[in-house]
Amino acid sequence: MKTTSVGEDVVVLPQKTRSTRRLQDRMTIVLFLLPALVLFSIFLVYPIFQSVYYSLFSWKGFGPAVNFIGLDNFKRILTDRIFLKAVGNGLLIVVSSLIIQLPLALALALMVGRKLRGRAFFRTIFFMPYVLSEVITGIMWMILFSPEPNRGFINAILILIPGLKAQPWLGDTRTVLLSIFVVLTWKFFGFHMLLYLAGLQNIPPEIEEAALIDGVNNRQMITLITIPLISSTIRTSVYLSVLGSLQVFALVWIMTKGGPVNASEVMSTYMYRFSFVRFQLGYGSAVAIVMLLISLVFSLAYLRMLRQTDYLN
Amino acid sequence: MKRFILVLFLVGILLVSGVFTALAAEAPVTVTWWHIQTIETYMVVWQKLADEYMAEHPNVTIEITTLENENFKTKMTTVMLSGEPPDLFQSWGGGVMNEYAKAGLLLDITAYLDKDGWRDTFSPGALGVYSFEGKNYGVPRDMGMVGFWYNMELFAQAGIDNPPTTWAELIADVQKLKDANITPIAVGEGDKWPGAFWWEYLATRIAGQAGFNAAYSRKGSFTDAPFIQAGEKLQELVALKPFQSGFLGATWNDEATLMGNGEAAMDLMGHWAPGLHQDNSVDKLGIGDKLGWFPFPMVEGGAGGPADALGGGNGFIVGKNASPEAVDFLKYLSSVDSQIAQVEAGFCLPVVKGAGVSVSDPYLKIIQQAAASAQYFQLYYDQAMPPAVGSVVNDSVQGIFAGTLTPEQVAQAVEDSAAQEIK
Repeated sequence: MKTTSVGEDVVVLPQKTRSTRRLQDRMTIVLFLLPALVLFSIFLVYPIFQSVYYSLFSWKGFGPAVNFIGLDNFKRILTDRIFLKAVGNGLLIVVSSLIIQLPLALALALMVGRKLRGRAFFRTIFFMPYVLSEVITGIMWMILFSPEPNRGFINAILILIPGLKAQPWLGDTRTVLLSIFVVLTWKFFGFHMLLYLAGLQNIPPEIEEAALIDGVNNRQMITLITIPLISSTIRTSVYLSVLGSLQVFALVWIMTKGGPVNASEVMSTYMYRFSFVRFQLGYGSAVAIVMLLISLVFSLAYLRMLRQTDYLN
Repeated sequence: MKRFILVLFLVGILLVSGVFTALAAEAPVTVTWWHIQTIETYMVVWQKLADEYMAEHPNVTIEITTLENENFKTKMTTVMLSGEPPDLFQSWGGGVMNEYAKAGLLLDITAYLDKDGWRDTFSPGALGVYSFEGKNYGVPRDMGMVGFWYNMELFAQAGIDNPPTTWAELIADVQKLKDANITPIAVGEGDKWPGAFWWEYLATRIAGQAGFNAAYSRKGSFTDAPFIQAGEKLQELVALKPFQSGFLGATWNDEATLMGNGEAAMDLMGHWAPGLHQDNSVDKLGIGDKLGWFPFPMVEGGAGGPADALGGGNGFIVGKNASPEAVDFLKYLSSVDSQIAQVEAGFCLPVVKGAGVSVSDPYLKIIQQAAASAQYFQLYYDQAMPPAVGSVVNDSVQGIFAGTLTPEQVAQAVEDSAAQEIK
């Protein structure tokens, strides 16, 4: 043991203690990560491998999979007109969400973010749709959209306007996707609004004050100052929105089951129908893998693109 | 340490005494029972029967789960795939039940049925629906058929004196109703199977028993002429635009609501319709005695018998984990008294011998007679055939209703699915 005299103010630790401590640190990290890692492996990674396995079979779901058919399921998927329509609908929803839902959420966040009387109230009611269960939302909107004016609120209001008739919102192939999109926007804009609100809090007020002193008007403030400063929040919001839109299921299934005649079909309803209604789980697994690949390709491309942007910055 | 031993001792005593108590009494048994009678007046019939049984057998607890039709089908899928079926549950027999039986998820109750003449209490045709490859997996509780339910007052308003007996007359009547500004037909095509009834009945009338058997046995094909003609006839009807607004998104309950509120002139639905109309109507009374019934009309030139029936029944099948007490309760449920109680509540066309005479409901009486006079009974396609084929039938026929598929395309889709699934 080294003794130190009053004059020395350097404490040198023996080499052994430092590396032991690093090992202990590592072990602590591993131990804390372990529960999450175990759950992740069991409930996410393992089922994905199972899906890949089953996607190579023709399998009804009962008993072991025995009918190996290789990549036939995938060939069938890529040539099925209905699946391609589902992908198209999915892309429509993605693009519509990006150009309608996100700007709406941003606009509301900007409005609610300022000192506005009753803004806590508005924040709450804007966020409430997100808290509702998707099943309840679907059932509720089915009633709202009902083609009979004495049952459907939307049509009841519509026929008050002279010259307009009650529309079968969910029963007409031309309006069904639009109706579903309205519900999707209503349900999820609150979440994105909350994300943007959080992002807005992070803008240092000094910057805004400085800009005001320099004499910017409102529009310049928003486009030149606010939005660039919350760009990382916007990037996250876009990412979550695209993935969520690609995978939307419950609302569509409850309201239309992908119908009528596949007009509102999305990849997840297609997968569900083949898996759990037609008991063709091998095929359904293949659809799931295709969905996974699409989402994965998007994720990787998006994150790579962002990394480059940050590097340029 | 001493405290630890003491705690261990106490726990041990509790465990041992618990075990002894359990062994001493007659082992308590729980029977899980899933049914789909969500209408209040029907639910009480089942609950009463369960309560009576539990009173006589104190060691048996019957847990009832009531599910709505569509939710039941969804929930069944997940439960069956997980391999843990309930003890007793609703079934329509046919292809879906056969899949469960093939997967070993059902209990073979053939031996139970052979004991004490339980088998002989049932009408053999109905019992046969719940058997597969010679083994019984459940028992029927009713057997009915699909037919037209119509609003006699609305028909009279349109100047129709008698219900149609031929397809041509039906088309003419639809036109008369349209001219009188009445919605001719209500159909819940969002659920797809209500619309499939139309195509299946037309196919039954045009192809007949021989035609269906040929296609189903794979000696013929679902692309044979009769099936295409069925689609063409349906197209002819759809072209008249006889359905309610938004029919492509409507549910079977929406269809019943329209009938119950007197807003549509007719619908093609099963024998359970009157109660359904009432339950879905605004005043819960339906249209009362303005409701009439007529069988699916004859199709000129069709090979099928004019009285052939499309329909099916309901029954309960037994899950593989069911206890003997569960099967005993099933026997109780299929007694004549139980059937009479169901008939009186109005949701049953009995299949147990001796209960038939109790049918006093005039509608059920008419259907009973029609079903009895049917030479050939066709089970609904989505139950008669494997689930995948049935699903394709339902989905494809919706294409005719929407005008997106031709009769040839529908027939081809069904044929492709049948070729793949029926071996």
